[in-house]
Amino acid sequence: MSKAQKGDWVQVFKVVLNPEERAPGLPPETASVPLTMKVKGFLVDETAEIGQQVSIQTITGRDVQGELIGINPAYEIDYGRPQQELLKIGLEVRNLIREEADQQ
Amino acid sequence: MKNNPDLSYQGVMARKNRIMMQAVGIDYDQFEQEGIAFDYEQMMNKAGYSLQEVRKIQEETNVGKTPLLELHNLTKLVRLHAEPGKGARIFIKDEACNPSGSFKARRASLSCYQAQKHGYKGVISATSGNYGAAVASQSAIRGLNCIVVQELFDSQDLSQPEIMEKGRACEAYGAEVVQLSVGPELFYKFLLLLEETGYFNASLYTPFGIAGIETLGYELAEQVRHTTGKDPAAVLITHAGGGNVTGTARGLQKAGCNDTEVVGISVDLSGLHMASDRDFNRKSFTTGHTGFGVPFATWPDRADVPRNAARPLRYLDQYYTVTQGEVFYVTELLAQLEGLERGPAGNTSLAGAFCVARAMDRDDVLVVQETEYTGAGKHPSPQLTFARNMGITVKRGHPEDNIPGQNIVIPEAPDQLSVKSVDLNNLRKSYLKRAALEKGKGALSSLELEYLAAELKTSHEWIEKNYKEAIK
Repeated sequence: MSKAQKGDWVQVFKVVLNPEERAPGLPPETASVPLTMKVKGFLVDETAEIGQQVSIQTITGRDVQGELIGINPAYEIDYGRPQQELLKIGLEVRNLIREEADQQ
Repeated sequence: MKNNPDLSYQGVMARKNRIMMQAVGIDYDQFEQEGIAFDYEQMMNKAGYSLQEVRKIQEETNVGKTPLLELHNLTKLVRLHAEPGKGARIFIKDEACNPSGSFKARRASLSCYQAQKHGYKGVISATSGNYGAAVASQSAIRGLNCIVVQELFDSQDLSQPEIMEKGRACEAYGAEVVQLSVGPELFYKFLLLLEETGYFNASLYTPFGIAGIETLGYELAEQVRHTTGKDPAAVLITHAGGGNVTGTARGLQKAGCNDTEVVGISVDLSGLHMASDRDFNRKSFTTGHTGFGVPFATWPDRADVPRNAARPLRYLDQYYTVTQGEVFYVTELLAQLEGLERGPAGNTSLAGAFCVARAMDRDDVLVVQETEYTGAGKHPSPQLTFARNMGITVKRGHPEDNIPGQNIVIPEAPDQLSVKSVDLNNLRKSYLKRAALEKGKGALSSLELEYLAAELKTSHEWIEKNYKEAIK
């Protein structure tokens, strides 16, 4: 889905402050990049493609303009990979408790 | 926008007091006394609510009355490595049972009540933590609009899975989530949104944000007395902005727990810069860490309101740090020994409990005063997967080898869990240095001396001696 229709749930991107407009005293790696924003809402324009400037209405009813970067964007979170460093902790501590119980 | 106001960073910051005044409805000037002193208790009494009122308000939206659980197996494990007669009973307050899955529902409940009562159409909160979901959930119950402003991604568009999950949760409760890249100018965007919408500022640091937590301390005191017939010897509290410590300690005091030790615990993130686009994704904890814990203790009035109601040095008896790896380890223990999948970030004080309980008497009761919900992204495996992708080394080893931003060291055995003590006198001295700057290094009045002694929970003599050092 690379084309969004009016009313679709979309995400826009915009620059809030350019590097020269940012707060004083920032570390250089922060000061050298813009402060940017992403907001989701319902597309106001009739149709739009990724990369176009569009208007949206957010869930609270605010009008926001920005570059279209997502159409019904997914929640990209998961449970990751099981961690080798964590897998044996349960066994280890249960053994400790069992050994102690056996000794008593 | 009326009268084309100046929307530049400097322009908006210059009118922050006016914006805040409208957005929280408190005239803070009435509590100012003299110089650096203000009447803290009067602010809490006049602008906030009594404990009884808070309980009633929280009942309306199903907040609080969470279970207190005894962690029998963790206590057993502690005693394996304790001296004879040592190893306190460990209890945990299962705050994950609140509507939005954390104790933050307590803080949000009063702000949303206040906003509704005074006719605000909505609330705004600036937070990357559980507080966003709490405000979203409480405002949903009260039929208010809600906007949550999050610091989420770095300039490479990489986001911490934990914060992404919190954004999802806010949306699940019907909130608008404004997501920003790294930088303290989040506050600027926050002010612009307050100005644009006229919504209530559901700040973490108003008297409402703190009074809401007093019920936590009060409830746990009642529950411990009911279960064990005694007062808790120590309550361990994850410390970041200071609200959790302040509210819980005030609740304990109101319950008459005068001998209970108030212990703050933060994750050690020393060396990482909180405003750094690079460091942002090299930490695995977005709150409960020293990056907030130390600055907010040494100068609370850096918050988004003129006078912060969270003032941790008034209440802390001890302050310890633990490592990220220890918190992940204890999160695993809680799941595998107690059958409770919670945290990880909310288990910061639990990590400290292991070591603190070991040194306490066997009859003593130690309370870890919170848990938080776990979910996709907000769980050890996605957080460690992300850390590895950011070039962080994850390994088993001794927590002593921990270097924030470079590695995460998962302990090899429970007896390696320890806490590092933060010298509260050093924090008090930093506070005095800042106070001296505020005063242009002028002398303290007797009222200011009184104020500082209460503020730093110490004697007049100590303040006089160390203030002299601070103005040198």
